[in-house]
Amino acid sequence: MTVAAVNAGPKRGWKSASTWIGAVIVGTAAICAVFAPLLVPHDPFAQDLGKRLLVPFWMEGTDPRHLLGTDQLGRDYLSRLIWGCRISMLIGVTVTIVSGLIGITIGVLGGFMGGRVDDAVLFAITTRLSIPVVLVALAVVGLLGSSLPLLVITLGLLLWDRFAVVARSTTMQVRNLDFVAAAWCAGCSHFRILSREVLPNIASHLVVVATLEIALAILLEAALSFLGLGVPPPLPSWGLMIAEAKDYMFFSPWVIVIPGVALFVLVLGINLLGDGLRDLFGARSDP
Amino acid sequence: MFQFLLRRLIVALLVAATVMVLAFVLTRLSGDLATSIAGANATAADIEAIRKAYGLDRPVITQFFDWVGRAVTGDLGESYFFKARVASLIGERMPVTLTLGLTGLVIALVVSLPLGILAAVRENTGLDRFVQMVALLGQAMPSFWLGLLLMITFGLQLGWLPISGTGSWQNYVMPGVVLAFSAIPALTRLTRAGMIQAMGSDYIRTARAKGLSRASILLKHALRNAAIPVVAIAAVQLGFMLGGSIVIEQVFALHGVGFLAWESIAKNDFPVVQAVVLVLAVIYVALTMLADLMNAVLDPRLRSA
Amino acid sequence: MSALLEIEQLEVTFGGRTHRSTAAVRGASLAVERGETHCLVGESGCGKSVTALAVMNLLARGGERRARRLSFQGDDLLKLDDGGMARLRGNAMAMIFQEPMTSLNPAYTVGSQMTEVLRRHKRASQRVATDRAADLLARVGITAPGLRLGQFPHQLSGGLRQRVMIAMALMCDPQLLVADEPTTALDVTVQAQILRLLAQLQRDLGLGLLLITHDLGIVARVAHRVSVMYAGEVVESAATSELFANPCHPYTQGLLRCVPVPGKIRRDQPLGSIPGTVPRVGPGFEGCAFRERCSFADATCAHTIPRRNAGATHDYLCRLPA
Repeated sequence: MTVAAVNAGPKRGWKSASTWIGAVIVGTAAICAVFAPLLVPHDPFAQDLGKRLLVPFWMEGTDPRHLLGTDQLGRDYLSRLIWGCRISMLIGVTVTIVSGLIGITIGVLGGFMGGRVDDAVLFAITTRLSIPVVLVALAVVGLLGSSLPLLVITLGLLLWDRFAVVARSTTMQVRNLDFVAAAWCAGCSHFRILSREVLPNIASHLVVVATLEIALAILLEAALSFLGLGVPPPLPSWGLMIAEAKDYMFFSPWVIVIPGVALFVLVLGINLLGDGLRDLFGARSDP
Repeated sequence: MFQFLLRRLIVALLVAATVMVLAFVLTRLSGDLATSIAGANATAADIEAIRKAYGLDRPVITQFFDWVGRAVTGDLGESYFFKARVASLIGERMPVTLTLGLTGLVIALVVSLPLGILAAVRENTGLDRFVQMVALLGQAMPSFWLGLLLMITFGLQLGWLPISGTGSWQNYVMPGVVLAFSAIPALTRLTRAGMIQAMGSDYIRTARAKGLSRASILLKHALRNAAIPVVAIAAVQLGFMLGGSIVIEQVFALHGVGFLAWESIAKNDFPVVQAVVLVLAVIYVALTMLADLMNAVLDPRLRSA
Repeated sequence: MSALLEIEQLEVTFGGRTHRSTAAVRGASLAVERGETHCLVGESGCGKSVTALAVMNLLARGGERRARRLSFQGDDLLKLDDGGMARLRGNAMAMIFQEPMTSLNPAYTVGSQMTEVLRRHKRASQRVATDRAADLLARVGITAPGLRLGQFPHQLSGGLRQRVMIAMALMCDPQLLVADEPTTALDVTVQAQILRLLAQLQRDLGLGLLLITHDLGIVARVAHRVSVMYAGEVVESAATSELFANPCHPYTQGLLRCVPVPGKIRRDQPLGSIPGTVPRVGPGFEGCAFRERCSFADATCAHTIPRRNAGATHDYLCRLPA
């Protein structure tokens, strides 16, 4: 309608600006993650107890060689921040791949088969939602000892619910569309219908879920690392950096402000991009 | 309606049973529990004694059904570390966590309902975009980090609120705000969407055609219908908050159930860990059922169905 | 004495005054007399519903109304603020809508939704309001009104809901009732019942009724006066019998050819139709909007068309003589 189009006018401009901001943030983070070894000005693991807690560039008495200062062990904060971005992105993406594989399989199965299978899928989603994620993740890592692969698998096994919910409902919608009925009538196999008709049509929704899940996984990893049961030290996870710096935060607040802002901005950027993609796909599916 | 509730109850019991299996398996992931309980300096004889004393020498299936049989009667076993009944440990800590969770929920509702309504009424204005921006920022905020920032600002620099402890209501202000932050984005968006949908509906046009006051149109006719999904999500969010309070309790040193779970994980105190997982899951399931009931109260169409 | 409702040169636009705005109503004029049924006819999108909503000041967001004159019982509606308009709506002027299924609030009982009108406008007690509501439900032909008052909308059929809407509109004894296609969404048998009810209530209560419809059969049965709308303009207005006997605008003539009248049309004669569709009318449009579909159109139709009289109370918007 014309009225809607007029109303959408100013919103679209604002929306696309925020999408671009999100894309720039995510793009920068991706570059930092991939090229971290080339970008870091210092070795992020090298300790220098003579240079503990140097202040960042905007404060008095800063060391120009350490733009963001150093931590309590004298490690260069900027280098650890860049390396931490690599860890965050790595965990966010791998956890989302694991949870996406689980959730999409379960969701598409339930939405496509219906009946008893769907009841079982719904039950699995309900059960999964009733499990306290942080607690169980902490317990697994606490009992088995922290390591990066364990963390990824644990979070992947815990975060598939939104994938499953969205995959299930969108598959149901697509299954009832005419062209799928036509494919049935043409005698196509289940596999062919799923891969050629259903998946391409629900893919855009799943991409949006994936961005939001990456953000969620990054936040959760930071929380677990903050509690000391996430990424094992001395790997510089942002959550771990905040945890390690906590004892100094009352005297030098910047030690928790820097990694916290990085975490906040990255998650915000991913969410902005996800919202933008949702609007983009939403507009496309409704001509 | 009755049948619907019965179905929900059966599903809830099945979920609880599944969670019991998962919680039990979870705590046995590390392999030999007796070794980890005994600690690094224990002799083989010590370990064997512990194994006998805690019944860990029995087959796993026997252990499981023993635990389930006791749990159903409210006996959640005994803690190795605290040397106390798990049920009473959780009972002691639960008030702190519940207070925290309810504080968080109340703050979240007090913030997100007006914000959502305002954004809906002023749809596509600067105010609406501001509210949506707030929701986005809230979604991206790491709760533990926000907690630390609040501690630095309001605890240390301004000195308004205590940094840790559970002595008075003031101890719950900052943790409550932090916990609320995690629920505000979802609740605000849902309120906004619900209000926009309601305000565009035919019955609101009827209410306007009846010459009702603006307050009555907004709060009596639109909000009542917009509230139905919000109530359901609020209950679910409370469940998530209770589960997520483990991080906040840690930050603010609140000795609630989350703190207990964290201590127990650190000490390999598996009866406590599996019990807390089970209790939180049961509370979540109960909350979703409560949400269904409240929906039935709010929506007459569900009541007669 | 002036008419109950007078609309002169009403303009309604959506989407501000930019090039993307649409003019839904373009200089429409009509008057509803006291105790008279005035039918507003036209095909979908011609602006008849928008005209009614503009009178009630219920336009959707983005809608803007302007008029040379818009008066109700001699009072200028354009000068009223939102509060003043709200005091009139549901009170002296009431409206019922096309969608009975969704026009009642699903969360409240029929009784609660009916009584709140009287409580708001007449400051009546709950008791008085409930009695009045029960009386009116009986009046609109609902059996067991006491039971219905305690029921929720979803427990009623579409026909019953529309009866409830009518009863609700009558709560404060309005002078004017605006009915926007009140029977379109209903089953054919129910349509006739509701229409008969409306006509009867109009007669008994001496209502001014502005009835919006696209059904000329309805017009023929209930209307005292008819205004035909096309692309946001009232193209012809006349007493009902006069309009059916002597339609002057080619569009009205076309509409009437689409209606089978037993005895007037041979069994094997095909029904008429109007070729083409309603054009999009943007700002700055000039001339007759019907000219693209009109078999009498010539170059002069692209210029401003004078309004002609074909009798004391019969006028139309066409360059052709009556």
